[in-house]
Amino acid sequence: MNRKRTRFLSTPYILWIVGFTVIPLLFVFAKAFTDQSGTFTFGNVTAIFDSVHRKALLLSVELAFISSLICILISYPAALIIKASGVSNKKTIMFIMILPMWMNFILRILAIQMLISSNGIINHFLTVLGISPMSIINTPVAIVIGMVYDYLPYMLLPVLNCVLAIPEDIIEASKDLGANRFHVLTKILLPLSLSGIGSGITMVFVPSMTEFVIANILGGGKIQLLGNIIEQEFSVSMNWNLGSGLSVTLMIFVLLTTVIFGRTTSESDRGFVI
Amino acid sequence: MSKKLIELKNISKSFGSNLVIDELDLYIRENEFVTLLGPSGCGKTTLLRIIGGFEKPDIGQVFFDGCDITKLPPNQRQVNTVFQKYALFTHMTVAENIAFGLRIKKKDDDYIKEKIRYALDLVNLPGFENRMPDSLSGGQQQRIAIARAIVNEPKVLLLDEPLGALDLKLRQEMQYELIRLKNELGITFIYVTHDQEEALTMSDTIVVMNQGYIQQIGTPEDIYNEPENAFVADFIGESNIIDGIMVRDRLVRIGGKDFECVDEGFEENENVDVVIRPEDVELGSVEGGYITGEVVSIIFKGVHYEIQVKSDIGITFMVQTTQNFPVGSHVGINVIPDNFQIMHKPQSEDEEIMNKDEAVKDEHES
Repeated sequence: MNRKRTRFLSTPYILWIVGFTVIPLLFVFAKAFTDQSGTFTFGNVTAIFDSVHRKALLLSVELAFISSLICILISYPAALIIKASGVSNKKTIMFIMILPMWMNFILRILAIQMLISSNGIINHFLTVLGISPMSIINTPVAIVIGMVYDYLPYMLLPVLNCVLAIPEDIIEASKDLGANRFHVLTKILLPLSLSGIGSGITMVFVPSMTEFVIANILGGGKIQLLGNIIEQEFSVSMNWNLGSGLSVTLMIFVLLTTVIFGRTTSESDRGFVI
Repeated sequence: MSKKLIELKNISKSFGSNLVIDELDLYIRENEFVTLLGPSGCGKTTLLRIIGGFEKPDIGQVFFDGCDITKLPPNQRQVNTVFQKYALFTHMTVAENIAFGLRIKKKDDDYIKEKIRYALDLVNLPGFENRMPDSLSGGQQQRIAIARAIVNEPKVLLLDEPLGALDLKLRQEMQYELIRLKNELGITFIYVTHDQEEALTMSDTIVVMNQGYIQQIGTPEDIYNEPENAFVADFIGESNIIDGIMVRDRLVRIGGKDFECVDEGFEENENVDVVIRPEDVELGSVEGGYITGEVVSIIFKGVHYEIQVKSDIGITFMVQTTQNFPVGSHVGINVIPDNFQIMHKPQSEDEEIMNKDEAVKDEHES
């Protein structure tokens, strides 16, 4: 194969990556390590240790963690049920489950807002039934509901793919060797689905951690995730340097989690995780 | 005679509208090597899965050592299975695979370690403890699958076409291995295959199945030499199956010519199927032949030639012989009386099904 020719074919992608990923990233880094007068400083990066920023980061991690966990708890049993069901066309089920993704996600979050707000549809029904209305809008709970609703398909798809790929005869072999349902789950199904769960976590945890739109709409602007603070530094405070510094910190966190979950994924492929 | 270990009574099973096993009765004795033999779709694998507990029969009962185990799930049965595609746990080492059943039974570590060593020795793979299944060849994976099953000391080992995915040479080696294993372990083997040679080589008893019915049960010699019907004769080895008329005891008429045979008990002038194995047709000089014919084709098969001879009584025989007869040459044909196998024409429902199968096969061939 002519290497020069194949290299030539990659030019558009290289241009794209350089123009829209590398150069903007360099700008972000440049802003992050300078103050507004342009002198070099670590201040914007170390600003994460300010109590407001630290609290926002911890809340971001916490909500992202809870959302990922709930997504697993919903997706995994669902995947097992779909696998066990006699439905022959499992792709159709997958299709139905990702169908909400076809709608704009802000619309979906606004719909959630309509459902759970103080004068929302759910509270309306509760009042009709004589039950006292709940107040979950503008709380972290509301944000978690939004995140789970939004990112569930990103967990479900890799998990479902992984679970469906587990051969039936391996499950039968374990039963044959004396495994009850619990053994089958803990010794066969879970270890063999780790790679799917791993990539699911990456796909849910990372966007949840950097989230700010859901927090804006469902948190009522009262709950500050790190994403919200960064957004405000850029759009309200116009302190791009601080915004960039916090972005870099967040990026490092995201990178760390990706590496951790990425390792689980590749290890389970090699079969070292039991 | 050893006692009956497994008894199947009046088993029927269908998937949707497809009746796979129909009112089947079968017992299997202790320490027997039993082979369920038949074409694909004959119900042999389903029968094995019913014994293993992976399928529930629609009606009928399964007895194990006198106890009804029809409703018992697989993990509570004293049988272990070797699957066609090995079904090794790819996320575990060889040792962990073998230890799987023992760990569930909460055996202590020393016992498990000793068992792993013993099992790996038994299947000729000592030192493979820490390998991953993916790094093994097909034959090695199958040996590990066998080791994984036998460490649990099952009374019965079920084998579902375990050699199907292996190449010919390896398959033959593994056949000897399995016979050795069976003798060393002294347990019952129930073996499913569609390969008649495998069945003849390894089995104490062969159960020939077709379309959910048992066609014949017997030793390999019985099945080969005394097939009960044309299906068995055709499925076990190659055969000339010819229409004939039983003139009287010990005399059969084929193509207008009377041949001596050794079969008795047929009605006079009854229409019968006559089976002659290709290796039992003797070719020689024209003068020495009871009938004569002309060689139509000859194919070299390694050990022997396969020759088609069109005889002067209008029947084309398939012949296997180590001698070379050129195409077009005239030969004499002899078959000794012992080598005619006379069978009633199919009448019962079971046998009609066999004929339907033949018809389907003919359609495919045409």
